[in-house]
Amino acid sequence: MSATLLTIFFSALLINNFTLSYFLGLCPFFGVSGRLQTAFRLGIANTFVLIITSFATWALNTYVLVHAPYLSLIAYILVIASTVQFVEMVIKKTLPALFRALGIYLPLITTNCAILGLALFQTSRGYGLIEGLVFAVASGLGLMLALVLMAGIREEAELSNVPRLLRGTAMSFLIAGILSLAFMGFAGLFGGS
Amino acid sequence: MSSASGRFLPEMAKGILRENPTFVQVLGMCPALAVTNSVLNGIVMGAATTFVLVMSSLMISALRKLIPSQVRISTYVVVIATFVTVADFTLQAMLPAAHHEMAAFISLIVVNCVILGRAEAFASRNPVLLSIADALGMGLGFSLAMVLIGGIREVLGSGSFFGIPVFGPGFEPWVVMVLPPGGFLVLGVLLLALAKFAELRSRAEEQRSRAAGEEPR
Amino acid sequence: MTDAAASRNEALRLVATLTIAGLFSGISIVLAYRTTLPRIQANQRAALERAVFEVLPGTVRLERLAWDGAKLAAGEAGKGALQESIFAGYGADDALLGFAVPGAGAGFADTIKLIYGLDPSGERVLGMKVLESRETPGLGDKIYKDAKFVAEFRALVVDPVIELIKGHGERDNQVDAITGATISSRAVVKILNQTNTVWRPRIAALAAQPPEAGDASRPVPATSTILPPDVERGGPVPGGLTGDKP
Repeated sequence: MSATLLTIFFSALLINNFTLSYFLGLCPFFGVSGRLQTAFRLGIANTFVLIITSFATWALNTYVLVHAPYLSLIAYILVIASTVQFVEMVIKKTLPALFRALGIYLPLITTNCAILGLALFQTSRGYGLIEGLVFAVASGLGLMLALVLMAGIREEAELSNVPRLLRGTAMSFLIAGILSLAFMGFAGLFGGS
Repeated sequence: MSSASGRFLPEMAKGILRENPTFVQVLGMCPALAVTNSVLNGIVMGAATTFVLVMSSLMISALRKLIPSQVRISTYVVVIATFVTVADFTLQAMLPAAHHEMAAFISLIVVNCVILGRAEAFASRNPVLLSIADALGMGLGFSLAMVLIGGIREVLGSGSFFGIPVFGPGFEPWVVMVLPPGGFLVLGVLLLALAKFAELRSRAEEQRSRAAGEEPR
Repeated sequence: MTDAAASRNEALRLVATLTIAGLFSGISIVLAYRTTLPRIQANQRAALERAVFEVLPGTVRLERLAWDGAKLAAGEAGKGALQESIFAGYGADDALLGFAVPGAGAGFADTIKLIYGLDPSGERVLGMKVLESRETPGLGDKIYKDAKFVAEFRALVVDPVIELIKGHGERDNQVDAITGATISSRAVVKILNQTNTVWRPRIAALAAQPPEAGDASRPVPATSTILPPDVERGGPVPGGLTGDKP
C-alpha cells in the first residue's frame, strides 16, 4: 500500500504536475507577477484548501453521492465555494496579517480549476481517504512548486532585456512550455522496478 | 427593441476577434491547452462551452432583475453547473469516445472564467437578446481559438487534421506538440504572432493618419 | 419597525432565490440524467463487450462475477471496485470460454488500465487489451499499437510467472519487450503477474465450488451496476487511449 502512496505522491508532485502536465491552476500561474513571497503564500493557501476539499470529496462520495451520482458536480462546486469562504473567515480571524497579504487571491481560489480538478480526479481514480489526502498534499505542493518557479523566473526576467513583443503573456507561455518540457524528464521515476 | 436587434451582430462579432476570450482576454486557459491536442477534441470542447455560455447567459439575463446582489455569484454558479452537467450527460450519450478522452475537463467548464466573467460583466446588466449575442460571440471566438490551436498541434504532432492524414507515411511526427509542453509553446507563439500583427496594424494606421495630416487636401 | 420588516423581506428574498435556483437545478439535472441514462448504459455495455470479445474470442454472453471477500458469485460488486470483479465469458454452446480480468498499475507516464483473458483453468492468457494509457506517443504507446506485442498475449502460459525478455524469448511464458519501450512493456507484464496473484486462487476456488442451481439461466442484470463506477466515469486525461479506438 505504501508503494502506491509513494507513487501517488511523486506522480502528482513531479511526473504529472497539476500545472505543467494537466494545465490546472493556470490563472494564478500566469497572474503571479514575479513576487516569490506571494507565490509561496498562494501555494500554501491552495494546499490547505486542497486538503479540505479532498476530505470533503471523499465524505461526499462515500456517504451522499452513492445515492445520486449525477449531482456530483454541483455538490463539489458548492462544497468548494463554502470551503473557501470558511477558510477566508478563519484566516481573517486568526492570522490577519496573512489575510491582508493574500488579499484578493483567496476568493480566486474558488474558480481555480485545480481545486475542482482534484475532486474530479480523486473520484474518477477511486481514491480512498488516505490516498486522497496524499494526492491533495502532493498536488498542492506541485502547484506551489510551479508557482514559485514561475515567479522566480519572472523576477529575473524583469531585470533582463526582453524583446518588446514577447513581454507579458507570450513570454509566460513560452517559459511555461520550457518548464513543462523539463518536468517531462521526471517520467519513469518509478519505472525501474 | 429595434436598437437591441440592431446591436445583435456587432455584439456577437466582438467576441470573435476584438475581445476574443482566448487570445485577447487570456481567459479559460485550462481547457484551451488541455484538450487541444486534436481538432475533434477542440471542436467538442468549443461546442460544449458555447452551449453552457449561451444557456446560462440567457437564463441569468432573463432573471437579472430578480436575483439579489448578495447571492448573485452563488446563483450564477448553480445555473452554470446545471448546464455543464446537462452538457456532460449529453456528450456521454452521444460521443462516448470523445467524452472518455476529456471527461474531467468537460466538468471543468464550470470554472471556466469566461462563463462566470460574461455572466457578471454582461448578462447581468443587459437584455436577453444582447446577452445571447454576446455569449454566442464569445463562444464562437473561443471555439475558433480551440480549433486553431488544435489544428496546429494535431498537424505537427500527429500528422493529421481532424483524423485525416496530411503528410505522407514518411512524416515523423513532432510528438511534443500533442504533449503538455506543446500546448504552452503553441499558444505562446500564437500570442507572439498576434502581438506582431497588432503592432504592424497600429503602425500602418499611424502612417496613414500621419500622411493624411501632412497633406491636407 | 419598517427597517426590521425590510431586512426580513430581504433575507426571505435571498433564501427564496437560492431555493428556486436549487430546485430548477435539481429538476434539470434529474431530467437530463433520466433521458441520457439508457443511451449511456448501452454505450458502456457495448464498449465492455467489445473489450471482452477481443480478449476472449468467441464470447457470446458475459456474466459478471464479484468477489465478496470469501467467494466469487454472480452479481454486483462493491462501490468503485473494478479490482473486485471479473467477467465470465460463455461461448455459443454456453460453454465457459474463460474469464476477462481487469487490471491496472503504474506505467511509464501514468497508470495503465487493461483487461486480459484467462482460460477456465487460469493457466493461460488468451488475449490482452489496453484500455487506458498515457504512455509516450511513438514509444510507450506501442503497447497497444504494436500488433506483434499484443499478439504475444494470445497464448501465454502463466506458470510460474510471465517473464519479459529483451530480444526474443523462446519459452511459452515469455514476452518480447518492445525496443525503446522496455519500461512500458515491463509495466504491462507486471500488471498481469500482480493481477494473476490475486485472481488465480479465486478462480481455482470457484472451480472447486459446487455450482449454484440455475446458474446458467441467470440473465445479465440490465442495471447500471454491471459496470463499477470508475468504468462509468472514464479516465480524466486527454491524449490517452480510449477503449474504443482501433
